Amino acid sequence: MPIKRAIAGAAAVLTTAAILGFGGAARAQGDTKTLRVVPHSNLAVLDPIWTTAYISRNHGYMIYDTLFGTDEKSQIKPQMVDTWTESPDHRLWTFKLRKGLEFHDGKPVTGEDVIASLARWGKRDSMGVALFGFVDRMDTPAPDTFRIFLREPCGFVLEALGKPSSNVPFIMPKRVAETDAFKQIDDYTGSGPYIFKKDEFKPGDKAVYVKNPKYVPRKEPPSGSTGGKHVYVDRVEMNLALRDAQAQVNALQKGEVDIIEQPAFPLIPALKKDPNIVVYNYSPVPLQFMARFNHLLKPFDNPKVRQAVEAAFAQEPFLRAQVGVKELYKTCPSMFTCGTPYASAFGSEIQSKSNMKKAQELLKASGYDGTPVLLMKPTDLAAIDKLPDVAAQLLRQAGFKVDLQAMDWNTLVGRRAKKDPVDKGGWNMFLTAWQGPDIWNPIANAALDTRGEQSGWFGWAKDDKIVALRNQFMRETDIGKKKKLAEQIQARAFEIGTHVPLGEFDSPLAARKNISGFFRQTGNFYWNLKKN
Amino acid sequence: MYTFLLRRILSTLPVLVIVAVLVFLVLRLAPGDPAAILAGDAASTEQIARIRVQLGLDKPIVAQFAIWAGNLLSGDLGESFYYKMKVTTLIGQRLEPTLALATLTILVAVLVAVPLGVAAAWRFGGWFDRALMGFSVLGFSVPVFVLAYILIYVVSLKLGLLPVQGYRRIGDGFWPFLRHLILPSVTLSVIYIALIARVTRASVLEALGEDYIRTARAKGLTELRVLVRHALANAAVPIVTVVGIGIALLIGGVVVTESVYAIPGLGRLTVDAVLARDFPTVQGLILFFSFTYVLVNLLIDLSYVFLDPRIRY
Amino acid sequence: MLLGNWSVRIGGGALVLLLVIALAAPWLGTVDPTLFDAASRDLRPGEVGEITNLDGETMKHVFLMGSDSLGRDVYSRVMYGTRVSLLVGLLCALLALSIGIVCGLAAGYLRWLDGTLMRFMDGVMAIPAILVAITLVAILRGSLATVIMAIAIPEIPRVTRLVRSLVLSIREEPYVEAAVALGTPAWKIMLGHILPNCIAPLVVQGTYIVAFSILVEAILSFLGVGLPPDIPTWGNVMSEGRAQFNDYPHNIFFPGVFLAVTVLSVNILGDGLRDTLDPKMAKRV
Repeated sequence: MPIKRAIAGAAAVLTTAAILGFGGAARAQGDTKTLRVVPHSNLAVLDPIWTTAYISRNHGYMIYDTLFGTDEKSQIKPQMVDTWTESPDHRLWTFKLRKGLEFHDGKPVTGEDVIASLARWGKRDSMGVALFGFVDRMDTPAPDTFRIFLREPCGFVLEALGKPSSNVPFIMPKRVAETDAFKQIDDYTGSGPYIFKKDEFKPGDKAVYVKNPKYVPRKEPPSGSTGGKHVYVDRVEMNLALRDAQAQVNALQKGEVDIIEQPAFPLIPALKKDPNIVVYNYSPVPLQFMARFNHLLKPFDNPKVRQAVEAAFAQEPFLRAQVGVKELYKTCPSMFTCGTPYASAFGSEIQSKSNMKKAQELLKASGYDGTPVLLMKPTDLAAIDKLPDVAAQLLRQAGFKVDLQAMDWNTLVGRRAKKDPVDKGGWNMFLTAWQGPDIWNPIANAALDTRGEQSGWFGWAKDDKIVALRNQFMRETDIGKKKKLAEQIQARAFEIGTHVPLGEFDSPLAARKNISGFFRQTGNFYWNLKKN
Repeated sequence: MYTFLLRRILSTLPVLVIVAVLVFLVLRLAPGDPAAILAGDAASTEQIARIRVQLGLDKPIVAQFAIWAGNLLSGDLGESFYYKMKVTTLIGQRLEPTLALATLTILVAVLVAVPLGVAAAWRFGGWFDRALMGFSVLGFSVPVFVLAYILIYVVSLKLGLLPVQGYRRIGDGFWPFLRHLILPSVTLSVIYIALIARVTRASVLEALGEDYIRTARAKGLTELRVLVRHALANAAVPIVTVVGIGIALLIGGVVVTESVYAIPGLGRLTVDAVLARDFPTVQGLILFFSFTYVLVNLLIDLSYVFLDPRIRY
Repeated sequence: MLLGNWSVRIGGGALVLLLVIALAAPWLGTVDPTLFDAASRDLRPGEVGEITNLDGETMKHVFLMGSDSLGRDVYSRVMYGTRVSLLVGLLCALLALSIGIVCGLAAGYLRWLDGTLMRFMDGVMAIPAILVAITLVAILRGSLATVIMAIAIPEIPRVTRLVRSLVLSIREEPYVEAAVALGTPAWKIMLGHILPNCIAPLVVQGTYIVAFSILVEAILSFLGVGLPPDIPTWGNVMSEGRAQFNDYPHNIFFPGVFLAVTVLSVNILGDGLRDTLDPKMAKRV
């Protein structure tokens, strides 16, 4: 009968194919000119100005270039800019762009593109908004020159323009940068070392970048987001489908992928033992965990209660539970990334020199009335999902009532934005992690924006003293005075309990041994890499 | 026949409408703000409000539904909140992996389960029959992901025979395509083998009790011919029904397999969209699944005409 | 007669054993399943470590099934997890059955409601059950009540169909027609004539729903959209252990075995019940 024969025929074909397939050689290596990367999260938003998500920032670094960058010693160095001058009264900055800068469509990069890009960035980024508070106007007297006129001296112009992390002031063509800052762009032309292949982009599946043959790298060696961005591969493929942590490691060990951006902590010791794999800590500065209060609602509207929490939250239990691998974490008393210019232990005694008994006493003395703490726990972010369990345990030991609620990260983000009372969908505390550059000075550190409900970061801390100190910091140009101001800000922040810093950790990448060219960076950059 | 088809299509329209309205309402009345999710970590409350306007979420629900339904009639499922892409494009990209996995799984399942079921019915009450019933219960008692992990560990890591994860498009080469699909489809097929084998056994058993089987045997036909040409052919209707339902389920309901094997299929797209509160994508997908379900049911019913001459529309 | 059937004995026996474990969990050498001490993380089955309780005291403990990545005792979580799984299975089945019975009776008895109600049920059936469950839990937040509702809802249409078809066939019976002629009110007919005939197939269907619910709950927890992590469930333990399967398979192995055995027992019980209560169905699936 026809059906039977058809089935037999199909079976024969399949078996043959399977056998031949088994015999197929070690295709697993892929070709030597394509780099296969597993990024730390799914890439959804392709506009790095529209969102602060690190994955979108990394995408930005592939296809755009920046005016300045931050090197591995946290120094600001020029990237697209060739020379610049600052007027003696600090109010006029003139910049000249390097030669040979071109967008992917062949048009040269001009001052007009720069000004438009900066204006759009200045509407979304917190440091950008702060900078534009000083800006009177910008103009471009020649195609390769642009000028910024300030109303008063500003102490962080270059730090802002060379900001390494979200949002990065990437330079886009004028026509793209004129898109409303609250609408996503849909044209991904840039002037960076890679070109985005929009036609090959499959959300949740893969994102593809090809080498930009016309890119002119700087002469210096690469360091952080500065230096020469030479590309030694033809293609980079981001694998967006592989989200299971164990499957990622399996794939790396079998050579099915080349790099994992953020292998899960518990799997790192096994990766280190594998002779075909290299575990590399690329970031010169560590990341930091923090616990954030909702200052608008009970019980954390009372600074004495917040102090009790600072006393209860010793950093070690959090680090041990979440990271676990001893070489990867250490405590850090500062609210600014340890090892960077503004870090100090000033004012941190309430946390570092404390113990649970003290916390219990502080809580009793504060007049805490037993209001339960609604603690939000994300279930789908392996990097921070154990912190709330530790927090709940410590809070309970101190004498708090705790309501630990689990939700996916997106629900948490939605709930976090609400100022309503807890029974109407509000919250009391959440925990998160920041990359070093995002918290290493008082301007970038969103948790220290204490303008209250108006525009402070979620949590809405309010303190006029810190606001005044921050404004002073913004205007100060002397590094010694800036450090002193930072100390004072930190001391005050600990005193009123803006948030609780929970220690620092490294998040290394893992790669096949045949990938070389890694260098210190505060992001995930894919230039300078060779696949041998 | 044609009036039957027409009546069927007309009667399924209300189903699709109900599904559309239900999903639309459930999504919008639920907590979780797509604008806040999209805005990212450092966004302020006003920035989130501005994004809500962009997404059209500030309009009253009825207006939102009217806009969406209107676009629907011209074949436009809207644009995803999350990715700046048309929902139809997103679904289109995921069709190949999903259909490939579903087809291979059902093929494996049918090729294995039907002979097993026939053999069990033939030797009803014997050790083979009992063993099959026992194993089939086991087949749908073990969770898919446990089975997946075990298979990956043994076949892929220890024996190194197949890739651990991933999907290769058929356009990039047939052998890689097949190699990457073997483990996932074997994992998935276990449940379907169990189900289809049971149904086959039960319905062949019923057919074997009929008079025409005795006649066929009396005629001197070989046992194989009796089993396949007469018993199985008459037992086909329930088997095809189960296979059809299986196909419909495989199109949308295999999230776990897709997650463990990193296959970019429709199941994961739906879950990601639900978690991201990506309303247009979820709506589009649910409609697509309902449509597929209706289509598959229709095809099953039509197939009865070929399988059972007594059935006429 | 019921107990004479082997399947009922084996399946039922296993379930009784699991029920005992669930009820006696606190006395089976377990500790509070939410306690953890990061110093005891990732211990292999049989190793000794420390547990810190809420007062801050630490005590030595033998981790029979190892510990998870936070340092919690897997054995305790699996024992206590039995409670959740059995409870979820039972409650989902009860919920699906009760709503399904009401809808089925209504559809079968009230002609004017039949068309719309069945279209509605078709609509729900058109969407894969897993996706319905995930959507509902993600949207309404993962509490026990939400999860039970989310798992039960996709099962309601099948129960409705079953009851409706039974109602339609029983309605034609002469004794029912007689009752109607005598003016017996509808609810009396439903309770007195129709429902008793539904019990056998509903019980069988119910056991399959229990099995399905337990599996779906595990899948929901595995995907991270299930019950809150404070509540230990087999799915939760496996979900947290999936990132380390290669090195520490005990996180998946032990709960996985319990899960498979439970679902298997329920299915075997269902088969046995079907064979004894309704021999006509024995020849069907």
